[in-house]
Amino acid sequence: MRVLGIETSCDETGVAVHDSARGLLAHCLHSQIETHARYGGVVPELASRDHVRKLAPLIREALERAQTPRTALDGIAYTRGPGLAGALLVGAATARAMAFALDIPAVGVHHMEAHLLAPLLEADPPAFPFVALLVSGGHTMLVQVAGVGRYRLLGESLDDAAGEAFDKTAKLLGLGYPGGPAVERAARDGDPGRFRFPRPMTDRPGLDFSFSGLKTHTLNTARREGDAPQTVADIARAFQDAVIDTLAIKCRRALDETGVRRLVVAGGVGANAALRERLAEVARRRDARVHYPRIEFCTDNGAMVAHAGCLRLPGEGSRDDAFDIAPRWDLESLAPPGDAVTAPAAGASAPGAGSRG
Amino acid sequence: MSGLLAIDTTTTACSVALRAGKAVLCRYEAVGQGHSRTVLAMVRAVLDEAGLEMTDLGALACCSGPGSFTGVRIGIGVTQGLALGADLPVIPVSTLATVAQGACRTHGAAAVAVAMDARMGEVYWGCYRRRGAGVVTAGEEAVVSPDSVVLPGTGDAWLGCGTGYGAYAEVLAERLGEAVTVVDPERLPDARDCLALAEVRLAAGARGVAAEDVVPTYRRNRVTQG
Repeated sequence: MRVLGIETSCDETGVAVHDSARGLLAHCLHSQIETHARYGGVVPELASRDHVRKLAPLIREALERAQTPRTALDGIAYTRGPGLAGALLVGAATARAMAFALDIPAVGVHHMEAHLLAPLLEADPPAFPFVALLVSGGHTMLVQVAGVGRYRLLGESLDDAAGEAFDKTAKLLGLGYPGGPAVERAARDGDPGRFRFPRPMTDRPGLDFSFSGLKTHTLNTARREGDAPQTVADIARAFQDAVIDTLAIKCRRALDETGVRRLVVAGGVGANAALRERLAEVARRRDARVHYPRIEFCTDNGAMVAHAGCLRLPGEGSRDDAFDIAPRWDLESLAPPGDAVTAPAAGASAPGAGSRG
Repeated sequence: MSGLLAIDTTTTACSVALRAGKAVLCRYEAVGQGHSRTVLAMVRAVLDEAGLEMTDLGALACCSGPGSFTGVRIGIGVTQGLALGADLPVIPVSTLATVAQGACRTHGAAAVAVAMDARMGEVYWGCYRRRGAGVVTAGEEAVVSPDSVVLPGTGDAWLGCGTGYGAYAEVLAERLGEAVTVVDPERLPDARDCLALAEVRLAAGARGVAAEDVVPTYRRNRVTQG
């Protein structure tokens, strides 16, 4: 089965072609980082505008690179949610219409499912069950994965996502956007002993996260200590150490509580080298193994959507004329492929929602 | 003879129109924000009624704005998807010109001043004169405050249409005086008029553009406070 995958949930336009027998044939990405950099975060209307300009050329390019004529496609997968409503609609509209014209099925996939299955695209994929840490600008969650569509939420952020905390910290330290790489760069020159920031919610049992207090702590420290380059580096280091320590502590607990010995890390923050080092240490002590998708598939991309689409299309693909999106969509509501999937509540999927001119 | 399919989702109306031989098959519905539930079903309905497949079409047309940002993008996304899937060229048509064409069709107007409610105290403004079976623009389309709209030239008997005349009736009446006779303050674009304008362009030798070259017309580009 050969599937075109389309990702437009946030600030990356991704298109890929995946073949269930031959694997990934092509993937193309347009990053909107420059569009949003001056605002220090994603501006939804600008994201939607970029998606609608870039998506059609990327589809053309991905099909060419995959040497796949459009008529050789068996289905189209698009990100149905969660994400920004206006951005999701661009992908859903284009995907459904293209499938309509080709008379092939389409399926709307769950963005976080696509992320946590992304390591299956690699040559040495993790076996089920595994624990997945999803850490990005929009999400921080720990999920126990028994199989495709069998997810149990172990914990999640009660406020800011980890990536969001990196962005906000970078902004207040004047380090640029996106915040993850900027803070990581600055932290390399930082003295790990000068400041010690709290590890939120690690002093009590449980697997939930909270990063907004840490952000406030960073702000207060920056105001008190000034903005000399070494001080900024030291604060970046203290912030990053606190986030990574917190993530590592929760991953350790999740592995211990579930008895699972495989940890999958996905999402943009998973590209952080210091986090990878720390998690390798956690895993080593437990005789566990950490799996990552390749760096380019840690952040949003079309390959993971095409891959999830290959798994979901046989049972859930449809030639429906109506398309909807699910800006909020509970990961645990998913079922294994072929079973009925719980639709999000009516209020959660709002076709046509978004900014109106 | 290959068919031409036109689509509009740029306002609270949703419509499609299909040229199949001498017949034009249409669907039009006030859907609010429900375009995503309606537009492809309308396309299927007119194709079925005509006994045509997507592969029987020769080109697509769509309203490319200005209008609701999300509506504009749904229309362009759907049109691009259909064009990529069926390998068809696209003729993008101004939403304001489509409204003007509709006023010519129903009121026999020769000159139309379109004002569409753009929210935030502004209107999408465009003036058109009838030429042949279509309309041509007189002056540039813009998003402007209703108290600063300008009619191009003098002497024409302008008919006013579009939702701006409902939302800003008094301001526009004061600004335009007797130069404009308001006839249709609730008129929304209709794909049958988009189809007519696309046919005029095809007859004049236009071939349309590739899917990836269809770009939205927003007019309002001040969308952040940064």
